[in-house]
Amino acid sequence: MSTVDVQTPVSEVRSGPGFMALFRIEMLLALRKRADIANPLLFFVTVLALLPLGVGPEPELLAKMAPGMIWVMALLSTMLSQESLFKGDFEDGTLEQLTLLPQPLYFAVLAKSLVHWIATGLPLALLSPLLALMLNLPVDGYVCLLASLLLGTASLSLIGAIGAALTVALRRPGLLLALIVMPLYVPVLIFGTGAVQAAIDGYAYSAQLAILAALLAAAAALAPLAAAGAIRISLDN
Amino acid sequence: MSVTPKSQVVLQVRDLACERDGRRLFEGLQFSLQAGAAIQIKGSNGAGKTTLLRTLIGSSSDFTGEILWCDTAYPQSLSVMRESLLYIGHRGGVRSGLTPLENLTWYGADHEDALNALDKVDLTGFEDSLCHSLSAGQNRRVALARLFLPDSPRLWILDEPLTALDVVGVAALEEQMAVHLYSGGSILLTSHQPLSLAGLSEVNLSDYSVSEPFEDFGGEHVDS
Repeated sequence: MSTVDVQTPVSEVRSGPGFMALFRIEMLLALRKRADIANPLLFFVTVLALLPLGVGPEPELLAKMAPGMIWVMALLSTMLSQESLFKGDFEDGTLEQLTLLPQPLYFAVLAKSLVHWIATGLPLALLSPLLALMLNLPVDGYVCLLASLLLGTASLSLIGAIGAALTVALRRPGLLLALIVMPLYVPVLIFGTGAVQAAIDGYAYSAQLAILAALLAAAAALAPLAAAGAIRISLDN
Repeated sequence: MSVTPKSQVVLQVRDLACERDGRRLFEGLQFSLQAGAAIQIKGSNGAGKTTLLRTLIGSSSDFTGEILWCDTAYPQSLSVMRESLLYIGHRGGVRSGLTPLENLTWYGADHEDALNALDKVDLTGFEDSLCHSLSAGQNRRVALARLFLPDSPRLWILDEPLTALDVVGVAALEEQMAVHLYSGGSILLTSHQPLSLAGLSEVNLSDYSVSEPFEDFGGEHVDS
């Protein structure tokens, strides 16, 4: 048995898991809960497949609605899957343990948001050309739709983490989460649909994509900070 | 073999008062925890045991008075304190989507040490089952297996560690606590059950209560 020198705590400092360890474990958990990945995707596809039945199958009308509908559905399905982002970790005490780690909570939130995007935003963006085809979106808009969704859904995952963190201690966060998160989603929605519309109309859309990328950079820097603060508040009562 | 001087105070609490939901739970609380010593926090349901522990780990900042870690006051010393802290709350911090082995590895153990620790809490054969398929007592054992890992942090803060444990489990835990104390560590725990542990002193929160404790105030956790 070794002697423990009380004067120098450095000798037994815990380093705690790094970002990659946090990311790997979240990926592993996401892969084990495949239903959670499939649900928002199914919701996304089902609603968009039902749309022509609701508004009628005129190709011109659908083409006009396609960018907006695809974006709004991406927004909704991201938000629906966000409710459970911190819930499990809160209930089993992992969240509490994460706040006690020597490194900032920022990285844990960033890892979780990244995995959330890989599990929802990424497949959703990859599926979008198929849905664009179903909704008769002009071919000129495909690349832009894919690019804007890739950038935009990543921002949505990060922004949604703030709402999920604020409401983690509540039993039924549903509506409150929507009220907190939806206004923050608006800029992403505006520039996302704006980009696709510009591409369809034959204009340059790089400006809108640049703004989406800037929004993503800002969200990656600030949203995990805000979410980390919100988690500490949620745990502190 | 040299043992750390027992007089070394690691954690000191002076005139501490805690509030929860606007209600003052206790005031004037004093105690100091030394290296190689353990303190059992007692008190009726709702006396503020969990709140006290959460204040000491820095998760709740709603207190007046002074808390000192190695002679430096909170919150300056909080980050240093957390480097030497192993906290197990009434929510054990065991991820149900992972196996016991993965849970321990996540807490920084290597494979061999994790297997050893699981063996000591009598979970051999369950290393690779998912935790949500294990019983409450077994999940508790997974959480407590962290105490059996080598290079343990110096201060253990344990909220009701004996809940859901059987007699054999309690004995194994007591033995491990004795080893920890002998190597110079300190333990702060809450429990309603008596513990047989050398160097254990008691602090009863009911002695510091402001008004009579209410039975319905145990919202934070359920005592069994």
